[in-house]
Amino acid sequence: MVITGAEIVIRSLQEEKVDYLFGYPGGAVLYIYDELFKQDKVRHVLVRHEQAAIHAADGYARSTEKVGVALVTSGPGATNAVTGIATAYCDSIPMVIISGQVPSSAIGQDAFQEVDTVGITRPCVKHNFLVRDVRDIAPTIKKAFYLAKSGRPGPVLVDIPKDITAQKCEFEYPQAVAMRSYSPVVKGHHGQIKKALQLLLEAKRPMVYAGGGVVLGDAADKLTALVRKLGFPCTNTLMGLGGYPASDRQFVGMLGMHGNYEANMGMHYCDVLLAVGARFDDRVIGSPAHFASEPRKIIHIDIDPSSISKRVKVDVPIVGDVAEVLGELLALLDGTTERSDQGALGDWWKQIEEWRRRDCLKFNQGVDVIKPQYVVQKLWEVTGGDAFVTSDVGQHQMWAAQYYKFDKPRRWVNSGGLGTMGFGLPAAMGVQLAHPGSPVACITGEGSVQMNIQELSTCKQFRLPIKVILLNNGYLGMVRQWQELFHGNRYSESYMDALPDFTKLAEAYGHVALRVQKPGDVEDALREAFKRKNDLVFLDFQVDPTENVYPMVQGGKGLTDMILSAEDL
Amino acid sequence: MGNHRRPAPESLPTLDAHWLRGLMVSKQSTHMRHVISLLIENESGALSRVSGLFSARGYNIESLTVAPTEDASLSRMTIVTSGSDDIVEQITKQLNKLVEVVKVVDLSESAHIERELMLVKVRATGKDREEMKRMAEIFRGRIIDVTDTSYVIELTGTQAKLDSFVGAIDAGLILETVRSGICGVGRGDRVLKV
Repeated sequence: MVITGAEIVIRSLQEEKVDYLFGYPGGAVLYIYDELFKQDKVRHVLVRHEQAAIHAADGYARSTEKVGVALVTSGPGATNAVTGIATAYCDSIPMVIISGQVPSSAIGQDAFQEVDTVGITRPCVKHNFLVRDVRDIAPTIKKAFYLAKSGRPGPVLVDIPKDITAQKCEFEYPQAVAMRSYSPVVKGHHGQIKKALQLLLEAKRPMVYAGGGVVLGDAADKLTALVRKLGFPCTNTLMGLGGYPASDRQFVGMLGMHGNYEANMGMHYCDVLLAVGARFDDRVIGSPAHFASEPRKIIHIDIDPSSISKRVKVDVPIVGDVAEVLGELLALLDGTTERSDQGALGDWWKQIEEWRRRDCLKFNQGVDVIKPQYVVQKLWEVTGGDAFVTSDVGQHQMWAAQYYKFDKPRRWVNSGGLGTMGFGLPAAMGVQLAHPGSPVACITGEGSVQMNIQELSTCKQFRLPIKVILLNNGYLGMVRQWQELFHGNRYSESYMDALPDFTKLAEAYGHVALRVQKPGDVEDALREAFKRKNDLVFLDFQVDPTENVYPMVQGGKGLTDMILSAEDL
Repeated sequence: MGNHRRPAPESLPTLDAHWLRGLMVSKQSTHMRHVISLLIENESGALSRVSGLFSARGYNIESLTVAPTEDASLSRMTIVTSGSDDIVEQITKQLNKLVEVVKVVDLSESAHIERELMLVKVRATGKDREEMKRMAEIFRGRIIDVTDTSYVIELTGTQAKLDSFVGAIDAGLILETVRSGICGVGRGDRVLKV
């Protein structure tokens, strides 16, 4: 039986077991929306702006092991989606985005709502397709899902002209994908893995540095087992938080620009570094030249060969799936009686503990003004460390990363690579839909939240009981902080004048809202919010407008060059 | 297409290969010339994926040629680029990462052959007419178009050979030149094939 291209799109999504599709209708996707209407397996979530559709699908994907799926129309639908797609690309999030295109005959005619979607998105997708024949729809969608989740994951876009969705052909969903040009490596090179273990066992000052690849590769258990067995210190990147339990003694905290003192010092002065699913980016090691100034052997496990020896020269590269490679390392370690030099390891831990005693995350919560760090700390306590936490971008993001101790992977959802303000609230929608009974908090700022505040309407429509934790300091805080430290206190355009009354705004959207101004009220407000299991609660915390994020490594400086507090300035 | 008047060649910025090579050598002396050959699925947009990669990551392209192979589903590209070893390693890795790229080799890593085609239109009047014919013969070129006042000379060879031909004839007589960019192939048993 022949069916339309539009029906093939929906049937293909059903075959991929897609339960939520985030999208926004428009002219070029009308046939697809018509088919969506006729079935109830794929549930559509109507957002209020296409960027939010992509972020929601992204949050869904990050908090599960599944592919996030979004549907947008041609032209502005696609361009609005670009920020979301780039966000997912930078953090290697598996997603499939279906975009409508003007009819085939109109392509290139500057038609209404026409843009070269494939051209615009090419640099920010893992791959993209323009479907030119109705018979190609099913195989293309199959390929898109396969590409999105295999190898180094990433967003894949499928652009479908309107006429193709109206044409008909037989539907048969392919069982397998064969692409001669694409075969990601899974298993690591055995000889290299043996070499790596040898280096690890000989290390006197080892450090394990794990990134988002551990979370995306579902390798947190194996990483934890390996680190514990070896007795080494472990640090996570911003993207890797939850990849190793933060409340564990061997965890030395996040590293990087706003990383812990002990993590950055350990990273710099270790003699053997095991890098797992991380990429030595500029926010992690600062200056590559400074980092290279201290001799150390580096083992780097990554699924993407191009991440290896890109910014830092690596001694033992291992290309492969991190879970596979860590599994093999564990097995090798089990099979040998060799163990690390406990004396040297003990000395190294003594040094780390000394660094740790600097207590770089301490802050003083007085009685008058709420410290933003205090809110995050209380949130962690109130939720028992077990909430899904999304964030936007800026100071609040760093405080969330520093003070919410993630013990499990896929609980921390933030835009690490692209740094997209406006990510947090729509991402929380995807997380909440994927985990209906679980507490979901969106830690945000008054700048970021206004970039996608319209999604409060979507939250109402789909009854998403997200807890919005607004750390409202009246400033674009991170910009203000840099202006204070590096631009002579000239707060150019970083002051948010004429802010809305967020509680009234949230109430206008039909939600519960509360303003919190006193430190003494913080905990009660949080407890009350999480008690309301069916309501979105918007908490507007009026926090200290002058607070800065510390420790801090200035951009381009070395990891050991840390500003620990205002007194260091 | 048609009637668009092109500006005279003199008025164009001279973004020719010599100029680029000169620039790159002066920028960093460790920059080496590399010839990268690759097979890519012959899909629309394949070229822009490759050229987009080079521009997005700030890699140099000195020349790029592309055409389908004997298997029409595959295109073969020859890219002449330059950079330090680290950069060229990244270039080949990033090319391999493109989903439609089937195989990548750095031809310049071992013995290989390079050829480029050049067409030169020269003024050929009076005593220059004989001189041009003689020069074409010396460089094993062929005159493939003749008018009362001009020749078009076809020349194939390495970039260096073409450069020396251009250098050997009177610059004032050159009306226009067009070069294909190089094609490369490994010597002997080295074969780039699926």
